[in-house]
Amino acid sequence: MIFKKIQDIEKLKEISSDIRKDILLSIAEARSGHTGGSLGLADVFTCLYFSVMDHDPQNPSWKERDRLVLSIGHVAPVLYAALAHAGYFPKEELLTLRKFGSRLQGHPGRDYGLPGIELSAGSLGQGLSVAVGMALAARYDKRNHRIYCIMGDGELQEGSVWEAAMSAAHYKLDQLCVLVDRNKLQIDGKNSDVMELEPLADKWKSFGWQVLECNGNDHNELLNTFGLAKKVTSKPQVILAHTLMGKGVADIENDYRWHGKAPSKEETLRFIECLNKK
Amino acid sequence: MKTIMDLINRGNKPTKAGFGEGIYEAGNLYPELMVLGADITASVGLDMFAKAFPERFFSLGIAEQNCAGVAAGLALSGKIPVFSTYGVFAALRSADQIRVSVCYNNLHVIIGGAHAGISVGPDGATHQALEDIAIMRVLPNMTLLSPCDATQAKLLTLKAAGELKGPVYIRFGREAVPDFIPETIETEIGKGQILKDGTDVSLIATGHMVWEALQAAYMLAKSGVEARVINIHTIKPIDKQIIIDAARETKCIVTIEEHQVYGGFGSAVAEVVVQHHPVRMKMIGINDTFGESGQPAELMKKFKLNAEDMCATVTQFLNDNH
Repeated sequence: MIFKKIQDIEKLKEISSDIRKDILLSIAEARSGHTGGSLGLADVFTCLYFSVMDHDPQNPSWKERDRLVLSIGHVAPVLYAALAHAGYFPKEELLTLRKFGSRLQGHPGRDYGLPGIELSAGSLGQGLSVAVGMALAARYDKRNHRIYCIMGDGELQEGSVWEAAMSAAHYKLDQLCVLVDRNKLQIDGKNSDVMELEPLADKWKSFGWQVLECNGNDHNELLNTFGLAKKVTSKPQVILAHTLMGKGVADIENDYRWHGKAPSKEETLRFIECLNKK
Repeated sequence: MKTIMDLINRGNKPTKAGFGEGIYEAGNLYPELMVLGADITASVGLDMFAKAFPERFFSLGIAEQNCAGVAAGLALSGKIPVFSTYGVFAALRSADQIRVSVCYNNLHVIIGGAHAGISVGPDGATHQALEDIAIMRVLPNMTLLSPCDATQAKLLTLKAAGELKGPVYIRFGREAVPDFIPETIETEIGKGQILKDGTDVSLIATGHMVWEALQAAYMLAKSGVEARVINIHTIKPIDKQIIIDAARETKCIVTIEEHQVYGGFGSAVAEVVVQHHPVRMKMIGINDTFGESGQPAELMKKFKLNAEDMCATVTQFLNDNH
């Protein structure tokens, strides 16, 4: 049965908050993982899995489903939490993240039996090419499903991304929508210090893409922007989603040191308290 | 000594033509087969498919990393993608994409590595693939094929499309080389082929070197040395039994490849020999240097990969043995 979409913004906010708690709990239990980016993308994943995409948690290989290609495999915790909340597998399993024998690998792997994983990924700069291949196949098969590719902004420093971007525009792949997690941070610090990405919108435009921007932590804006992207014809779309790394936990928001750091048990309780107050 | 096959050259033909014909025929057989172009479509033998099936041919330009990723996306959507360029680019420029997007996802992607070996000739070192076997064979899930002539290249290409489920790298060359494998000898993925029997030494070769090894074996026979010649067209998974039998029955082995000996085909054979039946080995190939410009025959002479030099190297090796 196709997932019944939720339009109520307050309900979506609640789900995002629950997903954030599960991200914190699973990473704390694993004692390693990427907290900052996973928290920052919780609203994006909530919107996609609960309101935007056509998909069926009971039939993950349904041919007409919209695909979510996670190019930044390191934010696996937000993908896993969203999939569990959408009903792909039991939420309790989230606590096996990164552990020996778990289906929840440190970076998503298709071969471990976890339903809903479209691509094993983790080496940056590869997901968009795969999404292009999926979009070419969809068009060839005359299917209307959409391909959503989630990318990081630091990832855009990989040259292969721009090979893929060129090819998507060349083939006018309007079923393809990229969302860039524009939190302006990466492991070594600010993008602008590590390697400048601006003018980023102009880069995508000059590559032939329809560029949209929104607050990536605002459900209303996200839903509107995904809606606008879907109406675009003859061009792939990129949404520059401005997010806060660590969003929802004031203590760590916008702090690049939390890119790949796990909270302690004590910090986790404090952070969850922080989420509960909102 | 029992004769296994008549040594007849049906005419010279590049292995890339066999690959191209195989892909074209597979295109007829399998409607889900799709080809990605990397700007050298004709040069890697794919123009026949591109002309016959334009709706299933996607030009992606000079962007090998993207090619490998797009192939993965097509395979995840139920297609059989073919991505071919020169081996130096296919195996090295897009190595990480092949490792993660293709092999880790275990996808049925056919990768064609053209311009294998120094016989590419005048283009020189940058375009002579001498490291692709080493890199492709180390990747989990990968099948690695190295046909010895155009007929075998076509056969293996068809089998790669029709029989395999995971990633496969097919290595082939540019030069027209003797087309000689008789129809009576079955070509099966994963099975080596004894082309000449013998008990004094085994010459285990791959790709274009198989014909040279056969010539060398007949030269050796004139001086009373009976060499067994084995064609290994599937480097991974390698036919262990044919190698173990060769070690046991001929007591020494010479491997021959148009590729670096470090990590290459000889190493693959040695991995079997040392673990199952250690015997003395000699590895003929490129010894840790780059290639250079020249006519193929000149280069084969310089790197001692022609039958005459091969014969001398084997004789020396056998003498050292005593």
